[in-house]
Amino acid sequence: MSSIVDKIFANTTKLIAFGVLLLVAWIFVVLFEHSVESIKAFGFTFITEDKWAPNVEKFGALPAIYGSVVSTFLAMMLAVPVAIGIAIFLSEIAHAKLKAPVGISIELLAAIPSVIYGMWGLFYFVPIIRDTFGGIGISMLTAGIILSIMILPFMAAVTRDAMNTTPDILKESAYALGGTKWDVIKDIIIPYAKAGIIGSFILALGRAIGETMAVTFVMGNVHKISVDLTEPATSIPVTLANEFAEADSALYYSSLFELSLFLLVISFTIISVAKFYFLRRKRIA
Amino acid sequence: MTHTQKRILINNIVMFLSTLSAVIGIGFLLWILSVLVINGLDALSMIIFTNEGAPPGNDNGGLKHALIGQLMLVSYAALFGVPLGVLAGTYLSEYGLKSKLSETIRDISDIMMSAPSIVIGAFVYAIVVSPMGHFSGWAGSIALTIIMIPIILRTTDDMLQLVPSTLREAAFALGAPKYKVIIQIVYRGAKAGILTGVLLGVARVAGETAPLLFTSFNDNFLNMDMNQPMASLTVTMYNYATSPYEDWQKLGWAAAFILSMFILSLNIFGRLFLLKKKNK
Repeated sequence: MSSIVDKIFANTTKLIAFGVLLLVAWIFVVLFEHSVESIKAFGFTFITEDKWAPNVEKFGALPAIYGSVVSTFLAMMLAVPVAIGIAIFLSEIAHAKLKAPVGISIELLAAIPSVIYGMWGLFYFVPIIRDTFGGIGISMLTAGIILSIMILPFMAAVTRDAMNTTPDILKESAYALGGTKWDVIKDIIIPYAKAGIIGSFILALGRAIGETMAVTFVMGNVHKISVDLTEPATSIPVTLANEFAEADSALYYSSLFELSLFLLVISFTIISVAKFYFLRRKRIA
Repeated sequence: MTHTQKRILINNIVMFLSTLSAVIGIGFLLWILSVLVINGLDALSMIIFTNEGAPPGNDNGGLKHALIGQLMLVSYAALFGVPLGVLAGTYLSEYGLKSKLSETIRDISDIMMSAPSIVIGAFVYAIVVSPMGHFSGWAGSIALTIIMIPIILRTTDDMLQLVPSTLREAAFALGAPKYKVIIQIVYRGAKAGILTGVLLGVARVAGETAPLLFTSFNDNFLNMDMNQPMASLTVTMYNYATSPYEDWQKLGWAAAFILSMFILSLNIFGRLFLLKKKNK
């Protein structure tokens, strides 16, 4: 009797575990199926065409791709140095009594939903950008800044974890030789934890590129490529968030599905690179 | 300047810059938190909990509809997601171990945990909303379930592996079948860890907005029928905050405050469970 139950239990768990793989595969298949119409209609020009005009059934994703790339690039440029600073502060500078509370608060801030960062950005940051740089304040620049603030806690926490993998004995040896903290950081910690640190940044990049709510509030969803960062813009997730519920034609839907598929493939690739190439053995994130 | 002086100078500059960036980073985050608390407390009142949505302009609007909707969406997601995640995690830790299948499932789950949630919304739109012909609470819950499963799966897997194998061996030696060993020994040993995983998983999906935008959509009034579009705190927050009406924006802050406090306390409780476990 119990050997039957045993088999049932074992197979149920196996089935469900395997189901997770099937589910992920199914997501790709469904998104692809729904993209077919758009892929047939536009082919490769979908990602090179800069005109997105639902009223004439013309869909070019270039402005959204451009917006995703630029806003994420801005966010990374702003967040990486600060994240390194925070990580150094937490692993080398802060007094033991300060380490835990500051570290935990940063981890808790990483848990705050991105919609709240977006809302804060809309009410408090948009006016600042408007008054400082001109324009209407809803812009690529604002999106980049809010995005950087949103990924900062996550990035700082993983970077710190990566730095903390450096064995104390290596650091102590360097200090014993008379190294300053900076010497230890640049000659011991960074070389030792390099892969982990780079992996953390790429992982944060993978998250930032798919981030929707933090930027939807402040980007404006304007399908126009503008070099001026204070102009409103759009990105792939922003387009999806704004237009999915109101798309009114089959081709429009299909184009949005193609955008989703494109986004999934891109972030899947970036996250895989981070996980498999850089974070493989350390399993820190 | 001697070489040593130069090194010390550079060191001091770097230390200063790191501390400064920590102060800047933490300053920004404190700014957001204080804005949230100040605006949230200012907007909080009994009406929020007793009234449903109202047209802008009269001060009678509340968030009852969104609170109940949110609770239903997340509860159903947990109802499906927790058992599925725990059982799948059980397979990885107890049966699959380091097999190729298990490692692949672990890797894919890790990736899915960081994958864009809005894409899950698009997927659920295609398989649920589109065939049904309308937005629904079920669609929203399914999207949240899909996001929750990898989180629960990975924490369960990790936590079960922490249970010492000697415990399992002792139970096997007494003649217990494997499923009994898992349910009565392994689960019991990893209770605190699994619970933490569940709390963190719930906290994570409770803050999701993007996958709900075009699955459960929104409703300005109380609806408890999962077959109909359903309000959530997050989507309501988004709609109210981007509206031009001051009283709606105020409700948006109240929603933001309630939601963040809920999520932060889940996170804190989750950590406390783990700490208590470690100290034993």
